[in-house]
Amino acid sequence: MSLRIVVCVKYVPDATGDRHFAEDLTVDRDDVDGLLSELDEYAVEQALQIKEAADDAEITVLTVGPEDANDALRKALSMGADKAVHVEDDDLHGTDALGTSLVLAKAIEKTGYDLVVCGMASTDGTMGVLPALLAERLNVPQVTQLSEVSVDGGKVTGRRDGDTATEQLEAALPAVVSVTDQSGEARYPSFKGIMAAKKKPVESLDLEDLEIEADEVGLEGAWTKVDGAAERPARTAGTIVKDEGEGGKQLAEFLAGQKFI
Amino acid sequence: MAEVLVYVDHVDGAVRKPTLELLTLARRIGEPVAVHLGAKAEDAAKILGEHGAVKVLAADAPEFAEYLVAPKVDALQAAYDAVSPAAVLLPSSAEGKEIAARLALRIGSGIITDAVDVEAGDEGPVATQSVFAASYTTKSRITKGTPVITVKPNSAAPEAAPAAGTVEQLAVTVADSSKGTKIVSRTPRESTGRPDLTEAAIVVSGGRGVNGAENFPVIEALADSLGAAVGASRAAVDAGWYPHTNQVGQTGKSVSPQLYIAAGISGAIQHRAGMQTSKTIVAINKDEEAPIFELVDYGVVGDLFDVVPALTDEVKTRKG
Repeated sequence: MSLRIVVCVKYVPDATGDRHFAEDLTVDRDDVDGLLSELDEYAVEQALQIKEAADDAEITVLTVGPEDANDALRKALSMGADKAVHVEDDDLHGTDALGTSLVLAKAIEKTGYDLVVCGMASTDGTMGVLPALLAERLNVPQVTQLSEVSVDGGKVTGRRDGDTATEQLEAALPAVVSVTDQSGEARYPSFKGIMAAKKKPVESLDLEDLEIEADEVGLEGAWTKVDGAAERPARTAGTIVKDEGEGGKQLAEFLAGQKFI
Repeated sequence: MAEVLVYVDHVDGAVRKPTLELLTLARRIGEPVAVHLGAKAEDAAKILGEHGAVKVLAADAPEFAEYLVAPKVDALQAAYDAVSPAAVLLPSSAEGKEIAARLALRIGSGIITDAVDVEAGDEGPVATQSVFAASYTTKSRITKGTPVITVKPNSAAPEAAPAAGTVEQLAVTVADSSKGTKIVSRTPRESTGRPDLTEAAIVVSGGRGVNGAENFPVIEALADSLGAAVGASRAAVDAGWYPHTNQVGQTGKSVSPQLYIAAGISGAIQHRAGMQTSKTIVAINKDEEAPIFELVDYGVVGDLFDVVPALTDEVKTRKG
């Protein structure tokens, strides 16, 4: 039987752009170009490698986001994913992590899955909680923060590098996996891949399709509220010296003045 | 006074510093009750009590070490049911955030991660976060349920506040569904003898300019003269010059020390996201156009192989 892999990806504002907040204190998406979250490219890559090692597997790439989020799906399809699901609904604007996990979990169940693969965090919110939330909602094992992952014989195994120890993990499918940026460089889409992606199916779903009420998500349904956002004051210009043989000594003088030595 | 649950991060009963910071923050919003999972709760209780824990709820079960995350969520939920707290605070480690997320979902509460400050507010705790690579500061609160908040290391100075710290056993039943992910083996990280990167008061980091693993001892020597932790930029880690566990940046560790010294690091957004909230920033770089100089309190334009050893010698001399 075919191994059904769902990869969750996010369309995020480019971190090298000038990101800021809209009036309602959600992330302003109009001012900065979006792209497939870099950390999700690692998830797509590992899904592709799992598929290549399997007899028979199919990769569905899934996103929740506005119309432009289609770009993130196209990128994943051009890397080699087979099909895509795009959950798009005006009522989703301002949805927080808990709400997003609800939408993703319903879409994953609707699509059907044996393995869910996520990046370790998005590059915008950087919370890193979605894989754990999905495991809780789907009631399947979470095998997260993996720098190495493989699937064989209905089992997923992987290595998790924690703060104080490295762990080898193992779980039976179905399961939710997240991979770190140490899991292996993501491939570039080939020209052939880019052409093929144009013909791959993208299914569009809205909240009604997923049987989610509008007040369960969006800014109104959010479980957290941002009361204020302030641009961090620019650092006052520091002292910059050119090393002409005394740079180390001058720096030591500064550090001593600040009582670090 | 309302009780606030604090999840204890420890290695075999040795409490890690971010937990003491959590206790300090917890006292602003209520009475801290620590939750200690695993062995040696009595050892931990002493220092937890010295930092304000009125009570230590302790549970030890083999499942905490045998399975990933979920059994600890069961235990924290049991503590939540026993105490009905005003808030739950956890450290912003990978595991802390995962436990927090699953607990929040179970108890029907909102979650805030990576807070850099927590204070009491009219409508519950207010958390400060540093977002968009630390270019913005936001204030947020949780609107439904009991606030579950994870806090970054170095967000508060731990304050002593003697309290009873009485150990009480917490009854925990680990659900079968929480035994899904087996920890087949665990290899503790070898200690370098240097301070932990996220906890250190001073961090010295090397980047592309270090130009090879064989040159990192130059960075390590400066770190050792200052009693600092060693960090590395993503470029240095990707090149294989230093372990990923020492990476400072968006996809590595986020640090906020009193002093951050960046040597041979240009200051790409990925790196800045992990160190921009450091109190004092110093950089040494050959390229005077490097973006890192926009952030510094003190910068030296020069070759790190001249400047860093000279600085190390000077530090040693001054420290005698």
